[in-house]
Amino acid sequence: MTQAEFLNIVMPFKDKVFRLAKRLLVSTEEAEDATQEVLLKLWNNKKKIQEYKNVEAFSMTMTKNFCFDKLKSKQAQNLKIVHSNYEDGNTPLQKQIELNDSVDWVSKIIEGLPEQQRMIIQLRDIEEYDFDEIAKMLDMNNTAVRVNLSRARKTIREKLTNTHSYGIK
Amino acid sequence: MVLNNIERLLEKYENGETTLKEEQQLKHYFSQETVAPHLEMYKPMFAYFLVNQQEQFTKDIPLKRKRTNYKWIYVAAVAVLMLGFYFEAPIVNSYEEYAYGTYSNPEKALDEVTKSLAMISDHFNKGTSTVNYLNEVNKGTATLGYLNEIENTTSIIFKN
Repeated sequence: MTQAEFLNIVMPFKDKVFRLAKRLLVSTEEAEDATQEVLLKLWNNKKKIQEYKNVEAFSMTMTKNFCFDKLKSKQAQNLKIVHSNYEDGNTPLQKQIELNDSVDWVSKIIEGLPEQQRMIIQLRDIEEYDFDEIAKMLDMNNTAVRVNLSRARKTIREKLTNTHSYGIK
Repeated sequence: MVLNNIERLLEKYENGETTLKEEQQLKHYFSQETVAPHLEMYKPMFAYFLVNQQEQFTKDIPLKRKRTNYKWIYVAAVAVLMLGFYFEAPIVNSYEEYAYGTYSNPEKALDEVTKSLAMISDHFNKGTSTVNYLNEVNKGTATLGYLNEIENTTSIIFKN
Protein backbone atom coordinates (compact mmCIF):
# COMPACT_ATOMS: atom_id res chain seq x y z
CA MET A 1 0.00 0.00 0.00
CA THR A 2 1.39 3.39 -0.91
CA GLN A 3 1.23 6.47 1.25
CA ALA A 4 -1.38 8.05 -0.97
CA GLU A 5 -3.68 5.06 -0.70
CA PHE A 6 -3.27 5.01 3.02
CA LEU A 7 -4.04 8.71 3.30
CA ASN A 8 -7.17 8.22 1.23
CA ILE A 9 -8.40 5.67 3.71
CA VAL A 10 -7.43 7.68 6.76
CA MET A 11 -8.42 11.20 5.73
CA PRO A 12 -12.18 10.85 6.14
CA PHE A 13 -12.03 9.87 9.79
CA LYS A 14 -8.86 11.43 11.16
CA ASP A 15 -10.87 14.34 12.55
CA LYS A 16 -13.20 11.95 14.30
CA VAL A 17 -10.26 10.19 15.89
CA PHE A 18 -8.93 13.52 17.03
CA ARG A 19 -12.24 14.67 18.48
CA LEU A 20 -12.76 11.42 20.36
CA ALA A 21 -9.24 11.67 21.75
CA LYS A 22 -9.89 15.23 22.78
CA ARG A 23 -13.16 14.27 24.43
CA LEU A 24 -11.30 11.79 26.60
CA LEU A 25 -8.00 13.58 27.17
CA VAL A 26 -9.40 17.15 27.25
CA SER A 27 -6.16 18.84 26.24
CA THR A 28 -5.71 19.59 22.55
CA GLU A 29 -2.00 18.79 22.54
CA GLU A 30 -2.54 15.42 24.14
CA ALA A 31 -5.30 14.67 21.65
CA GLU A 32 -3.04 15.60 18.76
CA ASP A 33 -0.32 13.32 20.03
CA ALA A 34 -2.82 10.52 20.50
CA THR A 35 -4.15 10.96 16.97
CA GLN A 36 -0.68 10.85 15.50
CA GLU A 37 0.11 7.78 17.51
CA VAL A 38 -3.03 5.98 16.38
CA LEU A 39 -2.47 6.85 12.73
CA LEU A 40 1.13 5.77 12.96
CA LYS A 41 0.08 2.44 14.42
CA LEU A 42 -2.33 2.00 11.54
CA TRP A 43 0.41 2.80 9.06
CA ASN A 44 2.80 0.33 10.64
CA ASN A 45 0.14 -2.35 10.36
CA LYS A 46 -0.85 -1.34 6.87
CA LYS A 47 -0.55 -4.88 5.57
CA LYS A 48 -3.41 -5.92 7.81
CA ILE A 49 -5.66 -3.01 6.87
CA GLN A 50 -7.32 -4.91 4.05
CA GLU A 51 -8.35 -7.59 6.48
CA TYR A 52 -10.28 -5.21 8.68
CA LYS A 53 -13.92 -4.99 7.79
CA ASN A 54 -14.33 -1.46 8.97
CA VAL A 55 -11.13 0.49 9.31
CA GLU A 56 -12.92 3.49 10.75
CA ALA A 57 -14.59 1.58 13.56
CA PHE A 58 -11.35 -0.22 14.22
CA SER A 59 -9.48 3.06 14.49
CA MET A 60 -12.05 4.46 16.86
CA THR A 61 -11.64 1.43 19.12
CA MET A 62 -7.89 1.86 18.93
CA THR A 63 -8.23 5.50 19.88
CA LYS A 64 -10.42 4.64 22.83
CA ASN A 65 -7.98 2.06 24.10
CA PHE A 66 -5.02 4.30 23.53
CA CYS A 67 -6.61 7.16 25.46
CA PHE A 68 -7.57 4.88 28.32
CA ASP A 69 -3.99 3.68 28.49
CA LYS A 70 -2.83 7.27 28.54
CA LEU A 71 -5.21 8.17 31.32
CA LYS A 72 -4.19 5.18 33.37
CA SER A 73 -0.48 5.60 32.79
CA LYS A 74 1.76 6.88 35.54
CA GLN A 75 2.51 9.99 33.60
CA ALA A 76 -1.12 10.99 33.54
CA GLN A 77 -1.47 10.33 37.26
CA ASN A 78 1.41 12.63 38.00
CA LEU A 79 -0.20 15.33 35.92
CA LYS A 80 -3.67 14.77 37.21
CA ILE A 81 -4.11 18.30 38.49
CA VAL A 82 -3.02 19.68 35.17
CA HIS A 83 -5.41 17.39 33.40
CA SER A 84 -8.50 18.30 35.32
CA ASN A 85 -7.66 21.96 35.40
CA TYR A 86 -6.89 22.13 31.77
CA GLU A 87 -8.47 25.01 29.95
CA ASP A 88 -8.22 24.94 26.25
CA GLY A 89 -7.94 28.54 25.20
CA ASN A 90 -5.86 28.50 22.08
CA THR A 91 -8.19 27.15 19.46
CA PRO A 92 -9.98 29.84 17.56
CA LEU A 93 -12.99 27.57 17.46
CA GLN A 94 -13.28 27.58 21.21
CA LYS A 95 -13.06 31.35 21.28
CA GLN A 96 -15.72 31.59 18.69
CA ILE A 97 -18.15 29.63 20.77
CA GLU A 98 -17.17 31.31 24.01
CA LEU A 99 -19.20 34.22 22.79
CA ASN A 100 -22.10 32.09 23.68
CA ASP A 101 -21.48 31.46 27.33
CA SER A 102 -24.04 28.75 27.77
CA VAL A 103 -22.39 26.67 25.09
CA ASP A 104 -19.36 26.74 27.33
CA TRP A 105 -21.44 25.33 30.16
CA VAL A 106 -22.40 22.41 27.98
CA SER A 107 -18.76 21.60 27.46
CA LYS A 108 -18.17 21.73 31.19
CA ILE A 109 -21.17 19.55 31.88
CA ILE A 110 -19.97 16.97 29.39
CA GLU A 111 -16.52 17.04 30.89
CA GLY A 112 -18.08 16.10 34.21
CA LEU A 113 -19.72 12.98 32.82
CA PRO A 114 -18.20 9.52 33.30
CA GLU A 115 -15.80 8.53 30.52
CA GLN A 116 -18.11 6.03 28.95
CA GLN A 117 -21.02 8.43 28.71
CA ARG A 118 -18.72 11.09 27.35
CA MET A 119 -17.58 8.78 24.59
CA ILE A 120 -21.09 7.75 23.72
CA ILE A 121 -22.30 11.35 23.55
CA GLN A 122 -19.32 12.14 21.37
CA LEU A 123 -19.92 9.24 19.02
CA ARG A 124 -23.65 9.62 18.79
CA ASP A 125 -24.50 13.28 19.05
CA ILE A 126 -21.40 14.74 17.49
CA GLU A 127 -20.11 12.11 15.10
CA GLU A 128 -23.56 10.66 14.41
CA TYR A 129 -22.72 7.00 14.29
CA ASP A 130 -25.53 4.51 14.56
CA PHE A 131 -25.95 2.33 17.62
CA ASP A 132 -24.52 -0.83 16.10
CA GLU A 133 -21.33 0.94 15.13
CA ILE A 134 -20.96 2.49 18.57
CA ALA A 135 -21.60 -0.84 20.22
CA LYS A 136 -18.85 -2.39 18.11
CA MET A 137 -16.39 0.42 18.71
CA LEU A 138 -16.82 0.41 22.45
CA ASP A 139 -17.22 -3.32 22.76
CA MET A 140 -20.58 -3.01 24.50
CA ASN A 141 -24.01 -4.29 23.63
CA ASN A 142 -26.64 -2.22 21.94
CA THR A 143 -28.92 -1.72 24.92
CA ALA A 144 -26.07 -0.72 27.20
CA VAL A 145 -25.15 2.00 24.72
CA ARG A 146 -28.73 3.26 24.67
CA VAL A 147 -29.02 3.24 28.44
CA ASN A 148 -25.77 5.15 28.86
CA LEU A 149 -26.71 7.61 26.16
CA SER A 150 -30.06 8.24 27.75
CA ARG A 151 -28.45 8.81 31.14
CA ALA A 152 -25.94 11.20 29.69
CA ARG A 153 -28.57 13.18 27.81
CA LYS A 154 -30.77 13.42 30.87
CA THR A 155 -27.89 14.61 33.01
CA ILE A 156 -26.99 17.28 30.51
CA ARG A 157 -30.59 18.42 30.23
CA GLU A 158 -31.08 18.53 34.01
CA LYS A 159 -27.95 20.56 34.57
CA LEU A 160 -28.80 22.90 31.75
CA THR A 161 -32.29 23.40 33.11
CA ASN A 162 -30.82 24.25 36.50
CA THR A 163 -28.48 26.83 35.03
CA HIS A 164 -31.17 28.15 32.83
CA SER A 165 -33.81 28.66 35.46
CA TYR A 166 -31.74 29.61 38.50
CA GLY A 167 -28.61 30.96 36.96
CA ILE A 168 -26.55 28.56 39.01
CA LYS A 169 -23.31 27.56 37.41
CA MET B 1 -48.09 21.51 15.57
CA VAL B 2 -44.34 21.62 14.91
CA LEU B 3 -43.75 22.25 18.59
CA ASN B 4 -45.73 19.16 19.50
CA ASN B 5 -43.60 17.12 17.22
CA ILE B 6 -40.40 18.55 18.68
CA GLU B 7 -41.54 17.83 22.22
CA ARG B 8 -42.33 14.28 21.32
CA LEU B 9 -38.95 13.91 19.67
CA LEU B 10 -37.20 15.39 22.70
CA GLU B 11 -38.75 12.80 24.94
CA LYS B 12 -37.65 10.02 22.64
CA TYR B 13 -34.27 11.67 22.42
CA GLU B 14 -33.78 11.57 26.15
CA ASN B 15 -34.63 7.91 26.23
CA GLY B 16 -32.06 7.26 23.56
CA GLU B 17 -34.68 6.06 21.11
CA THR B 18 -34.41 8.61 18.34
CA THR B 19 -33.00 7.67 14.98
CA LEU B 20 -30.19 9.68 13.44
CA LYS B 21 -32.69 11.32 11.12
CA GLU B 22 -34.88 12.48 13.98
CA GLU B 23 -31.84 13.83 15.75
CA GLN B 24 -31.04 15.80 12.63
CA GLN B 25 -34.51 17.32 12.82
CA LEU B 26 -33.91 18.33 16.42
CA LYS B 27 -30.54 19.84 15.60
CA HIS B 28 -32.08 21.74 12.77
CA TYR B 29 -34.93 23.03 14.91
CA PHE B 30 -32.62 24.24 17.68
CA SER B 31 -30.24 25.95 15.32
CA GLN B 32 -32.99 28.44 14.52
CA GLU B 33 -32.93 31.90 15.99
CA THR B 34 -36.16 31.59 17.90
CA VAL B 35 -37.07 28.56 19.90
CA ALA B 36 -40.07 28.01 22.14
CA PRO B 37 -39.19 29.63 25.48
CA HIS B 38 -39.72 26.51 27.58
CA LEU B 39 -37.26 24.63 25.36
CA GLU B 40 -34.64 27.36 25.47
CA MET B 41 -32.25 25.29 27.61
CA TYR B 42 -31.77 22.72 24.89
CA LYS B 43 -30.39 25.28 22.53
CA PRO B 44 -26.80 25.47 23.80
CA MET B 45 -26.60 21.69 23.86
CA PHE B 46 -27.39 21.27 20.20
CA ALA B 47 -25.32 24.30 19.31
CA TYR B 48 -22.40 22.70 21.09
CA PHE B 49 -22.82 19.47 19.14
CA LEU B 50 -22.88 21.31 15.84
CA VAL B 51 -19.84 23.42 16.63
CA ASN B 52 -17.84 20.43 17.80
CA GLN B 53 -18.53 18.56 14.60
CA GLN B 54 -16.35 21.06 12.82
CA GLU B 55 -13.21 20.78 14.84
CA GLN B 56 -10.39 19.41 12.74
CA PHE B 57 -7.10 17.72 13.19
CA THR B 58 -4.57 20.09 11.71
CA LYS B 59 -1.24 18.48 12.49
CA ASP B 60 0.47 16.44 9.80
CA ILE B 61 0.24 12.74 9.75
CA PRO B 62 3.65 11.31 10.51
CA LEU B 63 4.09 8.21 8.44
CA LYS B 64 7.80 7.90 8.87
CA ARG B 65 9.35 8.22 12.21
CA LYS B 66 13.03 8.13 12.82
CA ARG B 67 13.70 5.23 15.05
CA THR B 68 17.24 4.19 15.80
CA ASN B 69 17.81 0.58 15.02
CA TYR B 70 18.57 -0.87 18.43
CA LYS B 71 19.29 -4.31 17.01
CA TRP B 72 22.70 -3.23 15.73
CA ILE B 73 23.59 -1.58 19.00
CA TYR B 74 23.25 -4.96 20.71
CA VAL B 75 25.49 -6.57 18.13
CA ALA B 76 28.13 -3.89 18.58
CA ALA B 77 28.01 -4.19 22.37
CA VAL B 78 28.49 -7.95 22.25
CA ALA B 79 31.36 -7.57 19.79
CA VAL B 80 33.15 -5.08 22.05
CA LEU B 81 32.62 -7.35 25.04
CA MET B 82 34.08 -10.36 23.23
CA LEU B 83 37.07 -8.33 22.08
CA GLY B 84 37.67 -7.31 25.67
CA PHE B 85 37.72 -10.92 26.84
CA TYR B 86 40.02 -11.88 24.02
CA PHE B 87 42.69 -9.34 24.98
CA GLU B 88 42.27 -9.95 28.68
CA ALA B 89 43.23 -13.63 28.45
CA PRO B 90 47.03 -14.21 28.89
CA ILE B 91 48.76 -15.50 25.84
CA VAL B 92 50.23 -18.90 26.71
CA ASN B 93 52.13 -20.87 24.13
CA SER B 94 52.44 -24.27 25.76
CA TYR B 95 51.49 -26.21 28.86
CA GLU B 96 55.14 -26.29 30.01
CA GLU B 97 55.30 -22.56 30.03
CA TYR B 98 52.02 -22.41 31.95
CA ALA B 99 53.20 -24.91 34.59
CA TYR B 100 56.87 -23.90 35.15
CA GLY B 101 56.96 -20.29 34.08
CA THR B 102 59.44 -18.99 31.56
CA TYR B 103 62.60 -20.74 32.90
CA SER B 104 63.67 -23.93 31.22
CA ASN B 105 66.40 -24.78 33.76
CA PRO B 106 65.02 -25.53 37.27
CA GLU B 107 68.29 -24.53 39.05
CA LYS B 108 68.31 -21.19 37.39
CA ALA B 109 64.72 -20.75 38.40
CA LEU B 110 65.55 -21.54 42.05
CA ASP B 111 68.36 -19.04 41.88
CA GLU B 112 66.07 -16.34 40.63
CA VAL B 113 63.46 -17.12 43.29
CA THR B 114 65.96 -16.93 46.17
CA LYS B 115 67.29 -13.67 44.78
CA SER B 116 63.94 -12.06 44.66
CA LEU B 117 62.93 -13.43 48.08
CA ALA B 118 66.14 -12.02 49.55
CA MET B 119 65.30 -8.67 48.10
CA ILE B 120 61.82 -8.81 49.66
CA SER B 121 63.18 -9.71 53.13
CA ASP B 122 65.80 -6.97 52.86
CA HIS B 123 63.14 -4.38 52.26
CA PHE B 124 61.02 -5.89 54.97
CA ASN B 125 63.82 -5.58 57.55
CA LYS B 126 64.31 -1.96 56.62
CA GLY B 127 60.70 -1.40 57.42
CA THR B 128 60.88 -3.08 60.86
CA SER B 129 64.07 -1.21 61.87
CA THR B 130 62.25 2.10 61.60
CA VAL B 131 59.60 0.78 63.92
CA ASN B 132 62.30 0.37 66.64
CA TYR B 133 61.85 3.99 67.60
CA LEU B 134 58.71 2.90 69.35
CA ASN B 135 60.89 1.41 72.12
CA GLU B 136 61.89 4.95 73.06
CA VAL B 137 58.31 5.62 73.88
CA ASN B 138 58.27 2.71 76.31
CA LYS B 139 61.35 4.11 78.01
CA GLY B 140 59.63 7.45 78.35
CA THR B 141 56.62 5.95 80.07
CA ALA B 142 58.93 4.09 82.49
CA THR B 143 60.44 7.40 83.62
CA LEU B 144 56.98 8.71 84.27
CA GLY B 145 56.82 6.08 87.05
CA TYR B 146 58.86 8.54 89.16
CA LEU B 147 55.84 10.74 89.39
CA ASN B 148 54.22 8.14 91.60
CA GLU B 149 56.96 8.74 94.11
CA ILE B 150 56.09 12.43 94.28
CA GLU B 151 52.47 11.57 94.81
CA ASN B 152 53.34 9.26 97.67
CA THR B 153 55.30 11.97 99.46
CA THR B 154 52.59 14.61 98.99
CA SER B 155 49.96 12.23 100.38
CA ILE B 156 52.10 11.72 103.46
CA ILE B 157 52.36 15.50 103.93
CA PHE B 158 48.65 16.03 103.63
CA LYS B 159 47.90 13.28 106.16
CA ASN B 160 49.91 15.13 108.70
